Amino acid sequence: MSATARSIANLRSVTGIPTARLVTWWVIASEIFIFGGLLASYVMHRLAHPEWGIAASHTNTAAGATNTFVLLTSSLFAVLAHKAADAHDGPKAAKFLRLTALGGLVFLTIKGFEWTHEIREGFVLASGGFWSFYYTVAGLHALHVLAGLIIMLVFAVDVAKNENLPRVQCIGLYWHFVDIIWIFLFPLLYIAK
Amino acid sequence: MSHSAQNIAVHSEPETEDHVHHGNYVKIWAILVVLLIISVLGPLTGIRLLVLFAAFGIAVIKAYMVAKNFMHVNVERRWVKYLLITCLAFLAILFAGVAPDIMRHQGLHWNNYAAKQAIQSGSHGDGKHE
Repeated sequence: MSATARSIANLRSVTGIPTARLVTWWVIASEIFIFGGLLASYVMHRLAHPEWGIAASHTNTAAGATNTFVLLTSSLFAVLAHKAADAHDGPKAAKFLRLTALGGLVFLTIKGFEWTHEIREGFVLASGGFWSFYYTVAGLHALHVLAGLIIMLVFAVDVAKNENLPRVQCIGLYWHFVDIIWIFLFPLLYIAK
Repeated sequence: MSHSAQNIAVHSEPETEDHVHHGNYVKIWAILVVLLIISVLGPLTGIRLLVLFAAFGIAVIKAYMVAKNFMHVNVERRWVKYLLITCLAFLAILFAGVAPDIMRHQGLHWNNYAAKQAIQSGSHGDGKHE
């Protein structure tokens, strides 16, 4: 591949890791503190407030489980995109990136229906401590899904032309991290009742 | 950056382009889906220990599997692992430092009446306006 087809971030490697991937790991490290802080606060309050279990009983476990399945499947597509990119098969990698983004879109659609139902039932941000955490954490996570799917669709344009293939791994790392966050959110918000 | 430095960066490209070994990802995904099903069915048993394991034990296993098999953390440069472990260690310190104040509702010279009232009113409500 010619040097012009790759951004400088994928050429530089002071630490033994291409700079683009290094930046992705730093983003993930900072995200650990953002989500970790929120989740730690939630766990502390949940343990101190047994009445939150009553509020949690109103969340839709089926919707949460379906969304977990959707994100796990989209993670599979993301790693298959990485595999295709490593094989220098740009069009195939782009196809898997678009499928991953589709997974994100399905996730957000389900979340939209779920929230609409809960808000109609009267469970809003100000309904209590549990609902404050629920909308804040799940909302922030949904924003990350939205950002990820937009970036993925933008990257797919170049990747389909066999350009900037290392970006596939970087956006994949971010997507898997978003998946891991949901893996912890699911039992905290939907199972522990 | 000087021309010579740029040349060094470009020539070192093959060393930085480290491809990972790609395993059977569909198999990993299938295991993750089975674990998800167990985590949903586990709480139906009503056994507290089983519920806790199904909910949180399986979440840890799933997160580990995604990090290892999809993010390839196990074959990443070792200081990336140090970075992640440091983040998690600081989170643990945050939890240990703050938890006593949040999880207890009274101490030697203080009393969190609001929290006690929230528990009392919330335990008899429908989950709204604790």
